[in-house]
Amino acid sequence: MSATRYRAPPADALVIAPLDEIVAVFHRASGITHLVGPEIPDLLDVLAAQWLTADAIEAAFEQVEGDRSALIATLDELVAAGLVERG
Amino acid sequence: MTPARTLAAVLADPSAAEALTPGAWAAVLAVAQAEQLIGTLAVRLDGLPLPARVAALLHDAQATALEGRRQALWEAEMARRALAGIVEPLILLKGTAFVAAGLAAGQGRSIGDLDILVPRDRLDAAETALLAHGWMWVKPDPYDDAYYRRWMHELPPLIHPERDRMIDVHHTILPLTARLRPEAGKLVADAVPIGGGLAMLSPTDVVVHAAIHLFADGDLSGGLRNLWDIDRLLREYAEADGGYWPSLATRSADHGAVAVVARAMRLAHALFGTPVPQDSQRLRLSDRLFLRCLLARDGWARESRKLTRLGFYIRSHWMRMPPAMLARHLWIKWRKGASAG
Amino acid sequence: MRHVFGVRVGPVAFRIGSAWRAPVEQLRTLYRDYPAHDGVPDFTVRLEAARPWRRFVRPSVHIRGDFVIPDAAPLPLAQGLLAAEMGMNLQMALGQRRFLLLHAAAVERDGRAVIMTGESGAGKSTLAALLQARGWRLMADEFVLVEPATGLVHPFPRPVSLKNAAIDVARAALPDALWGPLMRDTPKGAIRHLVPGAAALAGAETPAEPVLLLFPRYGLPAEQRPVGAGEAFVRLTQASTNYVGLGERGFTALTRLVTDVTRAAIDYPDTDSAAELIEALW
Repeated sequence: MSATRYRAPPADALVIAPLDEIVAVFHRASGITHLVGPEIPDLLDVLAAQWLTADAIEAAFEQVEGDRSALIATLDELVAAGLVERG
Repeated sequence: MTPARTLAAVLADPSAAEALTPGAWAAVLAVAQAEQLIGTLAVRLDGLPLPARVAALLHDAQATALEGRRQALWEAEMARRALAGIVEPLILLKGTAFVAAGLAAGQGRSIGDLDILVPRDRLDAAETALLAHGWMWVKPDPYDDAYYRRWMHELPPLIHPERDRMIDVHHTILPLTARLRPEAGKLVADAVPIGGGLAMLSPTDVVVHAAIHLFADGDLSGGLRNLWDIDRLLREYAEADGGYWPSLATRSADHGAVAVVARAMRLAHALFGTPVPQDSQRLRLSDRLFLRCLLARDGWARESRKLTRLGFYIRSHWMRMPPAMLARHLWIKWRKGASAG
Repeated sequence: MRHVFGVRVGPVAFRIGSAWRAPVEQLRTLYRDYPAHDGVPDFTVRLEAARPWRRFVRPSVHIRGDFVIPDAAPLPLAQGLLAAEMGMNLQMALGQRRFLLLHAAAVERDGRAVIMTGESGAGKSTLAALLQARGWRLMADEFVLVEPATGLVHPFPRPVSLKNAAIDVARAALPDALWGPLMRDTPKGAIRHLVPGAAALAGAETPAEPVLLLFPRYGLPAEQRPVGAGEAFVRLTQASTNYVGLGERGFTALTRLVTDVTRAAIDYPDTDSAAELIEALW
């Protein structure tokens, strides 16, 4: 079975407003406002309109190995919120 | 002319709006709001010269309808993701189907719950998947639950608490207790894809469903909006397909729904001037009762002629449930009501 | 309906129909200095009897209209004015789509507005009403309207609903004010409506630029702390009944508002200390 892949909406489908301690993300397709930590917009940017595996995401961030479970947990939360699609 | 009839006239022919006085506008807008037709009215009158306050109100209504549309389509997408691998494509019903397919009936339409049609043999798997993806039962009542599962045409309603949206999972389009027995297998087999992993009922089935829904489901409240759906659907399909009317007749017969479809056509023609075939235009005496009921609101949007409505409510319940079963259902409801208070 | 009253409050026009004469007469008195409205209303409110004969027998007022909640309890006829006011609030809370609606109060000076929000009981209505005695124009005591396209605050100067002890405090501070009838024994205790002053009514169509966003708390020693834009955003989404309904317009208006204004939480023991805190932050 092939590895799980993730995809976020294209960049123009999101409106991002940094508000001091958090970032507000308006998702145009759903009309839902998401409140996220400051690192999430970068993750959404990497995944914008392209399917990537967790390996590829880590490579894009030049992340050192070992913190895979935190990344997967974050992606799972974004999937449940509808901001990221799992395929 | 009652305000509801004026509303129908303006919907059918937007140029009729020019003749409205401020008093007539106040009444028409209140009735449109109450009948959930204000977004539709706004789209129909878009671009016409209107009094400033009316234009501002309709502008708001159009924005509201647009947000409703966005939410409805998103809910369909979330259901599609949850049910991927179980039902593909996902068959949408009612308003969400109209907007997803870009039909005229969806323009400005207000949309409530998400209604989907799932083949009966996939029902358990669909239920499990929805529960795993965050949907929950609205009211966990064992009697209601058993009643729904045994007799109704849908699962007990589920809600997604975070998005605050309900989903109705149908496996056919009428309760199993009803005397009308639409063929669920044919509905699924003939569904047409509309892109994005979604599908809707065929052009004839969708009208049969809308007609059944109008007369057999509930008490005709909200009926004006349902009849408007039927007008738009009939116009669009008949224009695209020269053989539409005979196909519709055949299909209505397949589902045992000839009478309700014929009545819907006569009423749509009477209220909205739907171009139905000549022999489907003449109103019967009983149609006038239905019309009165559909138009039963005054200039303050109050439902007038309550007795007519009550008559229809009982009638519609009888149509869905054999009398003994109805008695049992009401009795259990009453008893529960008594013990509760 | 038998008795009809139409009025404009700021940019919003209401049509109120009543089965009884008394609530409409009370409305006419309370709103005598507001512009009448007999054209197309933004919202319709109906005060109805549950059954026709209940107009006379133990009459109770059911609140209906364009937008309703199914379990709204009826009120006795003696509180018909309150029913009308609640009906108007309900229309705004459920139906307003032209402006972002914040459950907040606002006052203005020199074209610049202070928005005060907080839970019910934080004293924002009373504070906004009392600030009138210190040269502020009352813009709103219950619903602040933010125009999405411009970010401006539009006035919605309804009569201020004051409760219990606040009634006497305001009577002492604003001796010339016009008042509605005193209604005892409402679900919230004694209620009396205070008509905003002449400046508020004369400026009912004059918007202002928001510059200060406050989260006041009454009954504590004077203190203030800054509030981050993120916290302000979250608290205001919770204080808005139509944020979701407005979609992206709401998002744009609210992120812009919390970014552009000075934000602070203030505690205050009395109006004078609150006024000093506000004038210092101003």
